[in-house]
Amino acid sequence: MLESFADWLIFSLAGLPAGVQWADAVHFFVYETMKIGFLLIVVTHLMGLINAYLPVERVREWIASGRLRGSEHLVASGFGAVTPFCSCSSIPLFIGFLQGGIPLGVTLSFLITSPLVNEVALALFIGLFGWQVTLVYAVTGILLGTTLGWALGKLRLGRYVEDWVWDIAEGQAEQADGDQKSLWERLPSVSSEAMGIVTDIAPYVLAGLAIGAGIHGYVPTGFFEQYLSEGNPLAVPLSVVLAVPMYANASGILPVVQALVAKGVPLGTAIAFMMAVVGLSLPEAMMLKKAMQTRLLATFFGAVGVSIIGLGYLFNLVL
Amino acid sequence: MDIKVLGTGCSSCQTLERRVREAVEQTGSDASVEKIEDMQQIMQYDVMSMPALVVDDEVEVTGQTPSVKELTDLLGA
Repeated sequence: MLESFADWLIFSLAGLPAGVQWADAVHFFVYETMKIGFLLIVVTHLMGLINAYLPVERVREWIASGRLRGSEHLVASGFGAVTPFCSCSSIPLFIGFLQGGIPLGVTLSFLITSPLVNEVALALFIGLFGWQVTLVYAVTGILLGTTLGWALGKLRLGRYVEDWVWDIAEGQAEQADGDQKSLWERLPSVSSEAMGIVTDIAPYVLAGLAIGAGIHGYVPTGFFEQYLSEGNPLAVPLSVVLAVPMYANASGILPVVQALVAKGVPLGTAIAFMMAVVGLSLPEAMMLKKAMQTRLLATFFGAVGVSIIGLGYLFNLVL
Repeated sequence: MDIKVLGTGCSSCQTLERRVREAVEQTGSDASVEKIEDMQQIMQYDVMSMPALVVDDEVEVTGQTPSVKELTDLLGA
């Protein structure tokens, strides 16, 4: 429906000539902007509502209660996916979980998935790559957090957490206060938070879509196949390394990546790149450095990086 | 009244600080507003999502950026 509206807007109302490169690029930009704008608003509202009913304090209580019988890593990872991520919250969450008596490995499960699967990435993935790829991305992200947290938990890395963290963690964690508001009462604040997120990232998304539209219009199909094809064995690790400094513009990079995929970059390489952009963020590492010794931080990021590279190869084989 | 905004450099933390200062100005109170960026100090308040607002050592808001109107209601009370 949106597509025919964009058709009408560009080709009928504005009278742009269909089938001409620049007009098609404009059409692509307008259509994608409407579609992604809509998805961003819907997904941020949905996540905001989930979060209003399941505040992180309650999640912590639930995981720490010991009632999960072995599924703690999966549950922590799943909550990491639905909790809105901000790099400035990574330390408070890290310490808060340890303070609540949650083991380090389970805490890391949460910490790995939280940036990897977030509301903005999901909305953009649905808009650009469709439901199936989004589902593959989200499920893989959650399983990655689950298994890596479990594996890292086996390594007895607790001694590499800074001492002041343990000092604070020994204090008693406060109970979650149950403020019982109705959906209707919550909606205004959820909505203003959600719209805040959307306006924050809008310039990046628009810039990314504009570049993507340019690539769609002007770069010949299959152009990248010669450089980044599945036959080039270094393409996956190279794109993961390139991705690390790009966190700040994560929301602008996805539309560009989608255009590259349309022109011949393998999907697995592209997904690995995106996972690395959001999951291996430098700002997050800088924050965590204050609470983790280098050895723990390096193990943590190294394990996530290597796994993402492995997943990239795997996706290139099966997708 | 002693108001503390807990948060590091992220954009919503800065937004909250700006709105709190605006709200204090509007209510005309003589409250002191302080931004706390040191993680060890922040963690004394047992908050897990940034930004957070602490009024007279009570945590009032976590992980949200209320509007100036909501803040004046909160601080005016």
